[in-house]
Amino acid sequence: MFSDFDFGVIWRALPYLFKEGMTFTLTLTAVATVGGVMLGTVIALLRLSSLPVLPKLAAGYVNVMRALPLVLVIFLFYFLMPYVGQWALRTSQPIQVGALSSTIITFTLFEAAYFAEIMRAGIQSIPHGQVAAGYAIGLTYRQVMSYVVLPQAFRNMLPVIFTQTIVLFQDTSLVYVLSITDFLGAASKVAQRDGRLTEMYLFAAAVYFLISFTASMLVKRLQARISIVR
Amino acid sequence: MNYHWNWGILLEPSPDGQGTYLNMLLGGLRWTVLTSLAAWAVALVFGSLVGVMRTLPSWIAVHLGGAYIELFRNIPLLVQLFLWFFVIPELLPHDWGVWVKHLRYGAFYTAVVAIGLYMSARVATQVSAGINALPKGQSMAGTAIGLTPAQTYRYILLPMAYRIVLPPLTSEFLNTIKNTSVALTIGLMELTGAARSMQEFSFHVFEAFTAATVIYLALNAVVTIGMRALERALAVPGFNAAR
Repeated sequence: MFSDFDFGVIWRALPYLFKEGMTFTLTLTAVATVGGVMLGTVIALLRLSSLPVLPKLAAGYVNVMRALPLVLVIFLFYFLMPYVGQWALRTSQPIQVGALSSTIITFTLFEAAYFAEIMRAGIQSIPHGQVAAGYAIGLTYRQVMSYVVLPQAFRNMLPVIFTQTIVLFQDTSLVYVLSITDFLGAASKVAQRDGRLTEMYLFAAAVYFLISFTASMLVKRLQARISIVR
Repeated sequence: MNYHWNWGILLEPSPDGQGTYLNMLLGGLRWTVLTSLAAWAVALVFGSLVGVMRTLPSWIAVHLGGAYIELFRNIPLLVQLFLWFFVIPELLPHDWGVWVKHLRYGAFYTAVVAIGLYMSARVATQVSAGINALPKGQSMAGTAIGLTPAQTYRYILLPMAYRIVLPPLTSEFLNTIKNTSVALTIGLMELTGAARSMQEFSFHVFEAFTAATVIYLALNAVVTIGMRALERALAVPGFNAAR
């Protein structure tokens, strides 16, 4: 069973796993979280606005994205983006989009749908009287949102946003389907090259577990600290 | 966009000899449905057991259940799938490992176990939340009329707890369906996998993925409508489960 478990394989692969793989995984997680929260907030604001058509469009985007598997969306956007680029830049040929920029855009757009739902809940958790009070003292819509509603919505939803980030961190492993060297991709390449699947996949699982578990413990502590006693 | 759309491709014969490309996608849908139903059964059984454990008076049971949930929640599904597919057969006694590797529908069984257990941690969280949402008096009343703890759970707590958590369980089932797409990495020809290979054979990328998208949306709608009907059918008059 474990008699020929070779720690040396893992040890020798460490620089590659972390410098190449984990760097990509963490970069993708960070960029998609920041981009997703910003885009998600805009979508949530559109959805809650009283503009014509746009609330329906925002809701449709969120519902469709949330009904589709991420793997399908990764493939679809990977093939779609060259054509969208061609249309946007008015070139004669479909443009070249690298797997890297493709995944960053895909994850941002996909996660925005989930963050939009979180931000919508956050915005709706602010009592309507506060919005009314804001208008009453003469603030504009933009001012009410950026000085009264959004700071509180963001603060209330911070633990949920971080929890979603942990989910996103785990989901980044799916870029494997485009043969990108993220942490799992790096582990898998070493595993195939050295014929050491047991060691590499167990090690990858342990690393993902440690990071996600520690992060979720920190989120729990954060939640206890920032919850407002009413 | 100067992409040449040709929806007729769906009715052209596919190279896998099973009929048209549309047949190929529908075959993928069949695997998606089969895998998600089987995985959901695994998730419900294990999730309920662990969820109940989390609410028992025993300190050990609570912490074992907690450890189970943390273990399955904090490792990405794809990594868990690889562990079940590549690593577990190596760790089994040699003959068993060989038998597992040569199973006819190996990818299917692996996907059912991996996705089922992965989802069971989420089901367990919901089930224990449902039990904890019931007033304390209910289990006390069960004890008072002479029921054993097992009977209290079976006849009093669980029937109400399941009704309370039916809406979140619906979305976990929808997640199970979406998660089956990860199994294309171990060679299961489910819907996303079928769309991917249709794209590779026919070069009609967008027809393949648009058709798959439409099928996923339809599946989603069918499940949502079905579960709403189930909620209505199971509702206990006078007890508002959606408090």
